Amino acid sequence: MMLLLENVRKSYREPNGEVLSILDIERFSLEKGEQVVLRGRSGCGKTTLLNCIAGLTTVDEGRIFIDGQDIVRLQEVSRDRFRARHIGIVFQTFNLLPAFTALENVLLGMTFTGQKPDAQRATKLLQDVGLGHRLTHKPSALSVGEQQRVAVARALSNQPALLLADEPTANVDPAHQQQVIDLMREACDRENIAMLLVTHSPEVSSQFERVETLEDVNRAVVSVGVSSAR
Amino acid sequence: MSFFKIAWRNIEQRALASSLTGLSMALGVMLMILVIVIHDVAVDQFENDAEGYNLIVGGSKGGDLQLVMTTVFHLGKPLYPIPWSYYQKFTEGEFAPYTKVAVPYCLGDSFHHEGSQFRVVATSPDLFGKIVYGANADGSDRQYEFQSGENFKAENFFDAVIGATVARKTGLKVGDTFQPTHGMSSGGDKHIEFTIVGVLAPTGTANDRALFANLEGFYLLEGHALAPEDSVPSHKESELAQSESEAHSHEPLPEAQREVTSILVVCKGPFDAMHLDKLVNKGKDRVAQAVAPREVVTRLLENIVGPVRVVLMVLTVLIIVVAGISILVSIYNSMSERSHDIAVMRALGASRAAVMWIILFESILLSLLGGLAGVVLGHAVLGLAGPIVEAHSGISLKFWEFNWKEAQLIPGLLIFASLVGYLPALTAYRTDVGKTLGSGR
Repeated sequence: MMLLLENVRKSYREPNGEVLSILDIERFSLEKGEQVVLRGRSGCGKTTLLNCIAGLTTVDEGRIFIDGQDIVRLQEVSRDRFRARHIGIVFQTFNLLPAFTALENVLLGMTFTGQKPDAQRATKLLQDVGLGHRLTHKPSALSVGEQQRVAVARALSNQPALLLADEPTANVDPAHQQQVIDLMREACDRENIAMLLVTHSPEVSSQFERVETLEDVNRAVVSVGVSSAR
Repeated sequence: MSFFKIAWRNIEQRALASSLTGLSMALGVMLMILVIVIHDVAVDQFENDAEGYNLIVGGSKGGDLQLVMTTVFHLGKPLYPIPWSYYQKFTEGEFAPYTKVAVPYCLGDSFHHEGSQFRVVATSPDLFGKIVYGANADGSDRQYEFQSGENFKAENFFDAVIGATVARKTGLKVGDTFQPTHGMSSGGDKHIEFTIVGVLAPTGTANDRALFANLEGFYLLEGHALAPEDSVPSHKESELAQSESEAHSHEPLPEAQREVTSILVVCKGPFDAMHLDKLVNKGKDRVAQAVAPREVVTRLLENIVGPVRVVLMVLTVLIIVVAGISILVSIYNSMSERSHDIAVMRALGASRAAVMWIILFESILLSLLGGLAGVVLGHAVLGLAGPIVEAHSGISLKFWEFNWKEAQLIPGLLIFASLVGYLPALTAYRTDVGKTLGSGR
């Protein structure tokens, strides 16, 4: 099993002091190499869940196992290093660093693993996503579709065991949305990477064998339903 | 990618702001370099100028500083002269047992060329033959040398030697002649010509800026002789003129009609110097005073030059502090724009310490590069301004005049940059990744 969440709870304290429960998941899992879509209405906690899995946000209770490692028990520094080595993230807004070229953005994905970044691998990844001729271009010189492809290459640069994608096609024009999905799926198939993809798009969801709805696994969704929208 | 490269990219991304903050640092460091180098060069030169002799003896009416300034540095109004008989005490009288060399100086004339004024010093050939002007790095004496020609001879009354700076600025060379002017004003009466027989090699002292005329010829010039005891006190001009034209008959002026402005004294030993000092300063006649030039120069440096240097150093440190604050403000203000980038790096696996180090490296790079630019600028200014400074003060400044104290700047800047970058780095450290990346609930 690549990903396993057990009794994970996460809440936030509102400015008025009220405690708002966001996540209350008894069990959620992914197998190695499994590709899963996660749907849910806006504000139901999808991004919070991804952040918790990535170790960017700490949970209040529970355990999160990634490739056998309970990341909840790790110190923050160790959690950061684990994320660098085992998790790839594709963001909705790409989040490329504007000061760096396409190649350098991909190299950044390898920089914090503690190992020397592999420029050859970074170059090949960009070639695989069709951007071999844009290595030295900065994000401002790339189209939206090209930027997202660089983001995908970056997420795969550290050979992760788990790929998290938070609405990766939301800001990509329809003509290129399928291209981005196909790129991610092919890479995950090729390298046996588990993928958890958050999307609103029915067209995307329909391509995956397993589609989960967060409201089905998150017991806290019921209480969130009466809260103010994000 | 190394953290330095990431930091450098961030600096490049804000090229204009980075350049301006780097420039402010460079200017501060440049000023510090100038203060350090110019002060130390000036101090060295002041101290070098006072080398080569133990005492300067001059008239008692006037301060010791005035005596040193006029005799050593050729600056200011000479003291009233003392009788030739007093000078003879050093050569053959009561002071002779303690004296190794005594060189007379007569001051009061000048030479003017295209707006520049140079002191004419009347002296004996012993100045260049028996006096050294300091010590080399290996401890050996620095002897006067000639880049062309030779020292004047006592019997050639109207021969002269000129300093290297005089030769360079006026174009005078061996075989040329010049006319000293009576007094310091360019409008003063011009004396008859002296012939240049030697040009000194550069000494790095005030003597580079002076002309040295044979004392014997000097005494034969108008207004340079005491009236004979049995002569009419005021001379008619025609008679004076006749005396100058008769000067070429090489009849030396009687000793009774001679005075000297000052005497450079090399003693036989250090105790002799102390003894002579006491004999002259506490002599019954109180005609003259003896000063140890090094002591006067040291006092001048400690009481005036030193405090001025401190003030200038404080000012330059303040400038560097202001530059550092501008670096802090520049980086800190950019943190709000870059919080997203920092959150992305954290999401990619960078630890809090890693992003903090990246910001610190930015501060260090800006400070170091600005500092290095300041060092280059400072030395460029030295090279460009050197000739002008030398022309006006005689102090020689060169582009490659490096001072060991400059080496302290780099570690100082490193520490300073770390302090300056700490606050922005702390902001990076505390970045809330989920919140900054727009995590929802």
